[in-house]
This record gives sequence, C-alpha cells and structure tokens, in this order.
Amino acid sequence: MENTIVKAENYNSYFGDNHVVKDVNISINKNEVIAVMGPSGCGKTTFLRGINRMHELIPGATSKGKILLDGENVYDMNAIYVRYKIGMVFQRPNPFPNLSIYENVVAGYMLNGIKVSKADKDAIVERSLTSAALWKEVKDSLHKKGTFLSGGQQQRLCIARAIAMQPELILFDEPTSALDPISTSSVEALFHELKANYTLIIVTHNMQQAARVSDRTAFFYMGELVEFDDTKQMFTNPKDQRTQNYITGRFS
Amino acid sequence: MDARIGFRNTKSILFKSVIIFFAFVITIPLIIVLLYIIKQGITQVNWHFLTGVPKPPGEKGGGIANALLGSFIMVMMASIVAIPVGMLAGIYLSENPRTKLAYYAGLCVDILQGVPSIVVGIVIYVWAVKPFGGFSAIAGSIALALMMLPIIIRSTEQTLKLLPDSLKEAALSLGVPYHRVILKVIVPCGFAGILSGITLSIARIIGETAPLLFTALGNRFLSTNITGQMESLPHVIYNYATSPYDDWHDLAWGASFILLLFVLTLNIITKLLTRKWKIQL
Repeated sequence: MENTIVKAENYNSYFGDNHVVKDVNISINKNEVIAVMGPSGCGKTTFLRGINRMHELIPGATSKGKILLDGENVYDMNAIYVRYKIGMVFQRPNPFPNLSIYENVVAGYMLNGIKVSKADKDAIVERSLTSAALWKEVKDSLHKKGTFLSGGQQQRLCIARAIAMQPELILFDEPTSALDPISTSSVEALFHELKANYTLIIVTHNMQQAARVSDRTAFFYMGELVEFDDTKQMFTNPKDQRTQNYITGRFS
Repeated sequence: MDARIGFRNTKSILFKSVIIFFAFVITIPLIIVLLYIIKQGITQVNWHFLTGVPKPPGEKGGGIANALLGSFIMVMMASIVAIPVGMLAGIYLSENPRTKLAYYAGLCVDILQGVPSIVVGIVIYVWAVKPFGGFSAIAGSIALALMMLPIIIRSTEQTLKLLPDSLKEAALSLGVPYHRVILKVIVPCGFAGILSGITLSIARIIGETAPLLFTALGNRFLSTNITGQMESLPHVIYNYATSPYDDWHDLAWGASFILLLFVLTLNIITKLLTRKWKIQL
C-alpha cells in the first residue's frame, strides 16, 4: 500500500532462548499515531526497539523476520542509517549532560559530524523546539545545560532532538512513565500536533493514555500481537477475549 | 529504663568522640612531615637553586635544574604513551565487562598495580637498558609509563561504568556510529573522572625513585638527550641525601620541598578541575 510506512512481516525477537516477540504482522500508515499497549513483559518495548534496530545492541538479543520501512527491510540496511532515519524517545529523559539545550537539539548533526551553518542550526533549533512546545520556555536560556530543565522539559527536549533530524517516524518508549501528570499532559498534547508531520509509535502501559492519544492501538500479550484496530473500536468493542480482559482490568 | 537509655546515649557519645579523635590523629603525621620539609627546604629555594646544576663536592651552591628538566621530560614521555593506551584499555574494560579478555586484562591491571616499583625497574633494566648498552631516559619513561597505566586504566573504567546506559542509547538512536558515541559522548561526560585519574597517576610517578635507579640513573649535567642518562627529582634527592656532605643534605631538603610542592599542586589542580568539569547527570 502506498500509504504504509512501517510493515512487520513474521517478526520475531529473542533474548537468548527467550522468545519475546512472536510472529508479529502489522502495517502502520503515514501520519498515524499508534499506541502499543499490553502488560509488563509482553514484548511491546522489544518490538519497538526492533524497528530501529536498537534491540540487537543488547548482548544475546537476536531477531527474525522482516520490518519494512518504506518498503525496504531495515535488517538489510545499515543499522546506523536505520537509527539515523528513525527518531526515538526513551522512557527516561536522557539529554546529553555535557551539552547545552541548543547543542542537544542539534546533537544528531553534531555527533554525526554533519556540517551545518550557524544560521541553519539556529533555524533547526527554533523549529524543533517550537514543534516540541518548548521554545517559549527555553528561548532565553538556550546555552544552559539541558540537565537544568525539569523532567517534563527534558523529555520535550529529547523530542526536539529527535524532530531535529526530520525523521518520518518517531518511536516513543513509555515516554511519560517517568513524568508527573502535568508534564505528561504537555507531552500528550504534543502528540496531536506532531501527527501532522510525523508518524508516531507510542509504547505505553497506560490504557487511558493509549485511548487519549492514538488513532489505532495494538494490544500485545505474551509476545503476540493479539489485536490491532481503531482505538475507539478496540476500547468499546474489542474482538478478542484477552483484549477485553485487559481493558476491563481483569489482569494488568 | 531511663538509666539504660542514658547509658546508651553515653555509649553513642563515646563512640563519636573516638572516631573524631582518630580522624584528627591521622592528620598529625602528615602535618608534621609537611611542616618539617617546608622548614628545612624553603630556605634552600632561590633562583640559583632552580636554574643551576650540581657543583663538584666541596664547592658551595649548586642547583637542581637538571633534575627538574629530567623529571619533566620523562614524565611527559611516559604520559604520552600511558594516557592514550590507558584510556583506550579503560574504555574497553568498561564497555565489555563480561568478556574473557576483560576478565584477564582486568586481572593483569590489578597485578601490575601491585608490582613493587623496584621490580618494574629491574624488569625494564633487563628489557630496555641491557640490550641497548646503557642507562637512558627512554628506559626510565617506559618504567614510569608502566606504573601509570594501571591507575589510568582503572580510573577510566570506573568513571565510565558509572555513566547510565541511557546516555549511550540516546546517541546510538540518533544514528551516531559507535566510535563517535564513545569519543563525543561517553568520554566527554566522564572527562572529570578520567582527568583526575591522569593527574593522580602523574603525582604518583613523579616521586618514584626505584624504577629510575635501574633505568635513567642520573646525570650531573643538564641533558635533553633521551637516549642517555637523565637526572630526576627523586633521584637527585636520593643522591644528595646519601652523600657525606652537609651542604648537599640541605640541597636534598630543597629538592624534597620542590617535589612536595609539585605533588600538592597537582592534587589541588585535580580537585579544582574535577569540580569545574563535573557533569551533572
């Protein structure tokens, strides 16, 4: 399909002999917000980290099957290029502590040794921070260290850092689990705005968050993709008994 | 019951007094040594002492310029080799802690750290002095570098191990190649710790006499020839102090004072730099 950006075909992940993600087939469209939910240990984060090949960095981790990014299998591409093309935001805000806010935003260029003129850098910083709804708060302290910001601001800085690389796809690994409710709502509000230009895949164990922010939701259980459907549809009328049980809180 | 609580309180106070007392006691020897060396040495230090070379026995005066220059050259040469090698090995150990190579390399580092400096001197004598037919500053530098290595390796490793994995993931997820992640993110973030290891290792070797006795030996003249014998601060102290002349003993005190000043300054600089460059994670 023309509109598909990510497609997993019989994708499996392992930690040693431990089969964590089992035969996942999923197709994600451009400019969609996808929530990936499920109980702890269901393989949702592992699946996410398989998309930009971060999974394989863990000793003993392997995977099988295909993940197509714009029709090309990421496992046939150079891993560094895959990660360069796909943005990622982690569970805990992890700005570079040795860099200023400004440098953190352009870190993707700086650390890769890509030459960018000062004017272009300024533009990238302003555009990215504005998209991450952080520009107003930090525009007077761009040259302070990023670690002086609050947790929520740091997480938005990390989002700005990902946006700065102009990826088509951004992966979020439980991006609000280390944040307080106010910071969480500011990050969630951001998802709606980012949708216009990017495709977002958000791993969350928070059902309400999945319901609030996503267009479609994937439910993982014991390493399987149990159900993948419109978020509204899934929360009101789930097809699978396991989804039903999870949503109604029979297990978590 | 009240009496019992009173007794417990007394025990607590007693215990606190004891640890405060011993914390105080251990500073006394250091202060005595410092004051004594300063008192004996400071009167010797003047322009001539710092810029002159030793005079023949019986003549008044004489300086330690040859030792200052020699120590400087040999410590520099040792650092040029030991700092990059030590840092790279330390990076490997912190990055791959569970490999066999890391286990055995770590073991070797620990053993090397425990080897008495005189043994290092003898070994380098056999390897780098005898085959080339004479004592040399190069051999001295090799001995000093060997003594610096374990300190730099361990301090680099310990510093980098404390950095969170999330930092590395942040860089890798931006598509930064591994070598750039290490050089541009991990090492700069641990820079304060690595630097303090380096300066501590320099402070350690600058006062080492034993390995130099078998390698660089000494030289009564100002020399920059690294293939020949070279004087060093600890060796000049040893020479002057074991001589039968009183005025040479005074020169030994002066040189001790200078050496002490170096070590103290290095330690203070380390403290200041690590505070300045400490990165808040």
